Amino acid sequence: MALSYDSLNENVKKCQYAVRGELYLRASELQKEGKKIIFTNVGNPHALGQKPLTFPRQVVALCQAPFLLDDPNVGMLFPADAIARAKHYLSLTSGGLGAYSDSRGLPGVRKEVAEFIERRDGYPSDPELIFLTDGASKGVMQILNCVIRGDGDGILVPVPQYPLYSATISLLGGSLVPYYLDESENWGLDVDNLRQSVAQARSQGITVKAMVIINPGNPTGQCLSEANLREILKFCYNEKLVLLGDEVYQQNIYQDERPFISSKKVLMDMGSPFSKEVQLVSFHTVSKGYWGECGQRGGYFEMTNIPPRVVEEIYKVASIALSPNVSAQIFMGLMVSPPKPGDISYDQFARESKGILESLRRRARIMTDGFNSCKNVVCNFTEGAMYSFPQIRLPPGAIQAAKQAGKVPDVFYCLKLLEATGISTVPGSGFGQKEGVFHLRTTILPAEEEMPEIMDSFKKFNDEFMTQYDNNFGYSRM
Amino acid sequence: MRRFLINQGKSLLDNTRRQHHTTRRFLSILPSTSAPVPVPSRAPLVSLSRFLSSTSKMAASDSASSLPVTIDSINPKVLKCEYAVRGEIVNIAQKLQDDLKSNKDAYPFDEIIYCNIGNPQSLGQLPIKFFREVLALCDHTSLLDESETHGLFSTDSIDRAWKILDQIPGRATGAYSHSQGIKGLRDTIAAGMEARDGFPVDPNDIFLTDGASPAIHMMLQLLLSSEKDGILCPIPQYPLYSASIALNGGSLVPYYLDEATGWGLEISDLKKQVEEARSKGIAVRALVVINPGNPTGQVLAEENQRDIVNFCKQEGLVLLADEVYQENVYVSDKKFHSFKKVARSLGYGEKDISLVSFQSISKGYYGECGKRGGYMEVTGFTSDVREQIYKLATVNLCSNISGQILASLVMSPPKPGDDSYDSYIAERDGILTSMARRAKTLEEALNNLEGVTCNRAEGAMYLFPRIDLPQKAIEAAETANTAPDAFYCKRLLNATGIVVVPGSGFGQVPGTWHFRCTILPQEEKIPDIVNRLTEFHKSFMDEFRN
Repeated sequence: MALSYDSLNENVKKCQYAVRGELYLRASELQKEGKKIIFTNVGNPHALGQKPLTFPRQVVALCQAPFLLDDPNVGMLFPADAIARAKHYLSLTSGGLGAYSDSRGLPGVRKEVAEFIERRDGYPSDPELIFLTDGASKGVMQILNCVIRGDGDGILVPVPQYPLYSATISLLGGSLVPYYLDESENWGLDVDNLRQSVAQARSQGITVKAMVIINPGNPTGQCLSEANLREILKFCYNEKLVLLGDEVYQQNIYQDERPFISSKKVLMDMGSPFSKEVQLVSFHTVSKGYWGECGQRGGYFEMTNIPPRVVEEIYKVASIALSPNVSAQIFMGLMVSPPKPGDISYDQFARESKGILESLRRRARIMTDGFNSCKNVVCNFTEGAMYSFPQIRLPPGAIQAAKQAGKVPDVFYCLKLLEATGISTVPGSGFGQKEGVFHLRTTILPAEEEMPEIMDSFKKFNDEFMTQYDNNFGYSRM
Repeated sequence: MRRFLINQGKSLLDNTRRQHHTTRRFLSILPSTSAPVPVPSRAPLVSLSRFLSSTSKMAASDSASSLPVTIDSINPKVLKCEYAVRGEIVNIAQKLQDDLKSNKDAYPFDEIIYCNIGNPQSLGQLPIKFFREVLALCDHTSLLDESETHGLFSTDSIDRAWKILDQIPGRATGAYSHSQGIKGLRDTIAAGMEARDGFPVDPNDIFLTDGASPAIHMMLQLLLSSEKDGILCPIPQYPLYSASIALNGGSLVPYYLDEATGWGLEISDLKKQVEEARSKGIAVRALVVINPGNPTGQVLAEENQRDIVNFCKQEGLVLLADEVYQENVYVSDKKFHSFKKVARSLGYGEKDISLVSFQSISKGYYGECGKRGGYMEVTGFTSDVREQIYKLATVNLCSNISGQILASLVMSPPKPGDDSYDSYIAERDGILTSMARRAKTLEEALNNLEGVTCNRAEGAMYLFPRIDLPQKAIEAAETANTAPDAFYCKRLLNATGIVVVPGSGFGQVPGTWHFRCTILPQEEKIPDIVNRLTEFHKSFMDEFRN
């Protein structure tokens, strides 16, 4: 055989991505055997019954088949504003959906993104510094590829984190510098923790170059306060770090104390010297929010205070992949400039969007409370994003049993949960957690009608599991 | 206007900066015949300076070197890699295009004609109607519940949309799919490949990707650990390979295609290159073959393909078969045979040869570049290696669903008897015969130019003529600190508005000069392009003839 496992790129072998790892593979096997599986392993709303918003699908369908626009009967199937918008986006392309666009994305769409950012933050945004990508993940990979030179370069990553970051840093041969979020403070971020992590990394000879924040958090869901963001930006200024702001869940906010505020806005609010010197790359997507259009693969990043020559290099690397897919670029345009009051499609669009967001808010509550009613389970409230990350206090007996089975304790628990209930989750070890503390990540995405049954099913399994392995204590928050 | 002047000023600064590096850069992309091209350990070359017309206050100045991300502190592999297809000359063309809008009279042409990139639909080629009907129905599924839909869509497109949606869990085209792509679509593609080759395909060997390029990246990332790992690449090659090898820190081991024999491949040359690389401590991991070729357009003879397969087996190389132009064959004496078919016909099975075959929806007669769809078929790897490929695919979750659907349509188009069959065939054949005509017309025109020889385009979408540049021209190029072929191409652009890519972007035998031109401008425009090119060439030769 020409290629042996041994000769493969070590970085590839080292990298892990638990979201579609062991649990998911086992769940898929069981599904093939006919078992009903509830996939809560990935933030994939449409796979769990959430319907796509009507208006963008109408617009993109017309863009796919522009000959429809020439048909006199098109108005019977599509509202006038969808027709107008399709014509608008087609005019921004040079040959429709089937032509490579500018490698940075269609200029017209990037302009719409810039206008959205301006409206959101109150500060100007330059379309030339906005690059559209095949999903935010691709953008993250491109930026990290630019920053990481070798294992001497460290990237500060929250623990727990969305494992795209650990996987990509691994693949690129860089070093992950963890900073721990504090579960007892609702997954808050303590700047002292940050300082400690940086100091430790530097003592090992690592040059810490960037800091990742995920706001709202994944898997943890916490929304950063303005004060927190200021602290972080000051920290980056002092420590000379580029801030990578993963803001893909900015539309998913389930409490009112801490609305979403972008890193860019806070940075600009801080004024000189911060606003002129702190380097920032912000990421967004069409996959989350109330759109949930994961399968389109649409995203963007906006660069702030990145030198022009570096921007050119990033552009150059983007050009090797030719262009992001044009359909998703149009979805992005529609997301940042949705129907307005007065538009024919506005009422339906507003109704659909509101319906989704309000339901997500309710499900966030149902799930948190459901977990907290279980024996040995403690769960912070999902302030934002799409996940619940309950802490499972595994009794020593369970940890023993896991060891004997050759499994990490939370993997052991999640596999048992899967086999008993069909609920497919991701063990906390896939995201990182404090030593000896176990979690699992599930999404809040199952249909609202099915939630009570799912939570009952979980509680039954959990409480039986705990009773089976428990020695002398039981703990429940409610 | 102000933006243009600012750009001019910035261009001037850029040119000054570039002058230090251009000569070094074009020398570096020319691999010597005697040694592989390793990753240099010295300071990286400054890449082509593509200048953005940014007037933003947000953009930081280069002089703030205390910032964490500066040109001096970024990944040197990024600085090293090049991609000429959308490189310097295209940037110049775009600036000209911008200026044309307000300064029509300043130029001897009305428009820029982009012949630099295989992007058919940007030059007026229409998509296949049936394909787009199906995609539209899959995008907006409630159309399938409306009675009016039957008046606007063909019956078979409606049937196909239903069939595809039934293969997608929950009919959710907006959901992430399986990381290898939707199973039902892989089944369809597998069946299409079986019908094409006559050999079985396991749908689990197929990975659907956002175009063929990400699949190629994935394989190269897997194969390359360091500069001690080499990949055999044809010279001239499509520069995705050289760029990706550079980004992954590997070594490009060149093998030269022979222009004199229609860009033929000599096994003896392959062997020589492998041995030289190995003698320098490089482990040669894979052989890239592009068939039909890009930029060279040759379609390999089946016998040649058998030699290649045998060679890979003997030398323990993974065969990376870039077959994205498989539907673009213009000559009756050549036919496309997939490497899978050739390998299996030789009796080589799963245990005998590691083969990865790449296909795309961007080329052929469908030309759906902007949709980003493609796949690779991965055969002949042990399961532990396969798991790593799968793992890499999961990190990006999945490729875009619309592109996946289109890939399945390309591999199973309308059949005789289907409602759309006749119109589909008319569209397909119309495009392909037109491409063949354009290929011939341009080839003949190029061969009529003084000092120019051009092999025929047997397939793909390009012509790659060789120009015998007069010594005076070469000297003028040197004075202008430009590679001679880039010098010619820039002159061509400024005189005619036609954008082509200098041969140095693809690699060529040192001392020879080429450019790559697509055959894609609409047929009505071809006579004008020929005239302008001919006129320009004559005056260029008049100016520089020895």
